[in-house]
Amino acid sequence: MLIMAGKFIQLHGINRLAFYLLNWMHGILEMKSYSFAALLLLFWVFLSGHLGPLLLGLGLVSVALTVFLSQRMNVIDHESYPLHLSSQLPAFIVYMFKEIIKANIDVIKRVLQWQGSTISPQLVELPALQKSDLGRVVYANAITLTPGTVSIELSQDTILIHALTEEAAEELATGSMAKEVSSRVFDE
Amino acid sequence: MIIDILSWVCLFAGGMLGIVGGIGIHRFPDFYSRLHAAGITDTLCAMLILFGLGLQAGFTLAAFKLALIFVFLFFTSPTASHALANAALHSGLKPKLVMNGRGVGS
Amino acid sequence: MFIAVSLAILITMGLALARALTGPTTYDRIAAVNMFGTKTVLLIAVLAFLSGRTDLLDIALVYALINFIGVVAALKLVTQKNFHSSGEKERKVE
Repeated sequence: MLIMAGKFIQLHGINRLAFYLLNWMHGILEMKSYSFAALLLLFWVFLSGHLGPLLLGLGLVSVALTVFLSQRMNVIDHESYPLHLSSQLPAFIVYMFKEIIKANIDVIKRVLQWQGSTISPQLVELPALQKSDLGRVVYANAITLTPGTVSIELSQDTILIHALTEEAAEELATGSMAKEVSSRVFDE
Repeated sequence: MIIDILSWVCLFAGGMLGIVGGIGIHRFPDFYSRLHAAGITDTLCAMLILFGLGLQAGFTLAAFKLALIFVFLFFTSPTASHALANAALHSGLKPKLVMNGRGVGS
Repeated sequence: MFIAVSLAILITMGLALARALTGPTTYDRIAAVNMFGTKTVLLIAVLAFLSGRTDLLDIALVYALINFIGVVAALKLVTQKNFHSSGEKERKVE
């Protein structure tokens, strides 16, 4: 290690080495990587359930490796901690569960009607008025998560939707789900 | 005791919904409408079965892992459905549509 | 009772497999395989409780992630005919 460092100084000078070291330290000392590491460690402990020194040590090593790699890949960014989301997120999750159950019952009924199919597939284009990319993604995911509607194409300000029935398409077109997303997830 | 009965009801309903979804992917006429039937098994069926198992587990690490499976499924299944539908549309697969009136011909 | 639930899941997996074998388009097959994978995760979870070895839940957890990555990789292979191009170029050509 020392010999390598000596060779490096011979080749590039001491300033260059200090520069690299400082850069590395700067990355290490960033606050976000600390909270990220703490989160990963918590995750490890909960998944393994063992608190022996060997397993905790292995966990520490793998957490350090993961934080190092994700720093090199630059994936710890401003969207990894969604703290800017609204405090009404639990209410939104409850709303989603209700919608999922309602839509499921409807689709199950249509599957089990034996004589004559009652589905009427539709392609609908809906406006996506969410301001951020994250908002549009949450909206499209909410649409896809309720059976009976699938988002097919997401462009700048519209979403193309395939709906199993006319009723499902009409209910989405009233925009109540879009309102829920923007008011309960983003405080808009 | 009540928790046990509730968990059995959830597990049983989840299994039945899985079969309903399986019937659905054979009954519906084209690829896009089959995605909706697959959606039943991805959402409510998975929800009920995992919830029933969680009631059996109680407050343990196993329940935490079940909740984690649940969260992963609920993030990945709509993404996979969207990717499938998007790829199918871009490859030129046309959905069978009904604009007015009810019922699909075939 | 766990046995009944795992039987129901197995029936569903059989139906999905039948769709994967008969599906007219490639996308039908991939959707059926995706459903098969989701059912596999649930089956492993139920089996973990059936055998009383909750360690199996870790496998279910990993399988849920691998299933998603596998479906996306299969889609990429089908739409682009290879794994190495980024996909942006093809969109422009269309």
